[in-house]
Amino acid sequence: MRARSVIDVLLAVAVVGFLVYGLVSKGNSRLAVGEKAPSPELPKLTEPGQGSLKEYRGRWVLVNFWASWCVPCRDEAPALSKFEEEHGGQKFTVVGIDTQDISDDGAKFAKEFGLTYPLLHDGNGDNGHEFGTTGVPENYLLEPSGKLAWAVAGPVDARMLEEHVAPLLPPEKNKS
Amino acid sequence: MRRLRLSLVLLALAALLLPTAAGAASALRTELNEIEGEVMCPVCGTLLELAESPQATREKAFIEKLVKQGQSKDEIKQALVDQYGDEVLAEPKGSGFSLSAYVVPIVAFIVAIVLLAFAVWKWRRAAGSRDDKRPEVEGPSDEDRERLDADLARYDL
Repeated sequence: MRARSVIDVLLAVAVVGFLVYGLVSKGNSRLAVGEKAPSPELPKLTEPGQGSLKEYRGRWVLVNFWASWCVPCRDEAPALSKFEEEHGGQKFTVVGIDTQDISDDGAKFAKEFGLTYPLLHDGNGDNGHEFGTTGVPENYLLEPSGKLAWAVAGPVDARMLEEHVAPLLPPEKNKS
Repeated sequence: MRRLRLSLVLLALAALLLPTAAGAASALRTELNEIEGEVMCPVCGTLLELAESPQATREKAFIEKLVKQGQSKDEIKQALVDQYGDEVLAEPKGSGFSLSAYVVPIVAFIVAIVLLAFAVWKWRRAAGSRDDKRPEVEGPSDEDRERLDADLARYDL
């Protein structure tokens, strides 16, 4: 009778364990405003070496998750490039993270759209999952401290960038 | 006559080369199909051979390019791992955490067999003890038998 109770308890623990594991491994929830963004080391897309979002602490950073095979990413790329040209500098930069993509395809995409801002390659999409992304494109504006200030799960356009991102940036012209 | 002979030689050469080209194309297709059946489409979460998303299309083009370059299956799989990480392999690697994909089913099977054997042993033991406790059935007493005979005789037609 005692052995049976032990087995019952062990089975119950195993079932609960599997359920908890299922919930925990289901995926990360989307990064909330005020939360610190994950910033692992990732390979740079268009040059050798590694890079991380940590390198941009002290600047406002618009993190853009994209992929060369994603049509909406093609649509938003010119707006992001233009916004970087107008606002990029010592106080703000766009950082593109090419996710779940062949790096050569990503590099061709960057060349095609003349992307001059820093680009990282997140081949397995883990960094995107840490942000809680569910697809591409997704955009996250980080404060200089690395905390999330604003996010949109989808493409941005010039109007959205001017309405939601530009007002949060330091008022002075921040070109270096 | 000479032109005819030349034409015949050219025709024979073309006939020889045609199956070779067809064979090469068929080998390429086989190699592609083999690899697509062993790797995943990371975005779709399915085998690449079943996927038709834009990302899968790019991944297939990448594999085809490497096959045409003459890279072996292992080299192509490694190139895919370099691009997408270990998750791109449909069959997990036999080391690190991925090893659990092989070990857990075996351990689960052994545990199930042990539990089943334990349960059968317990059932048999319980059945044995029930047999021991069962009271012996005695036949009717002489008095009962006489009464039964008398009753039956009353209904004898």
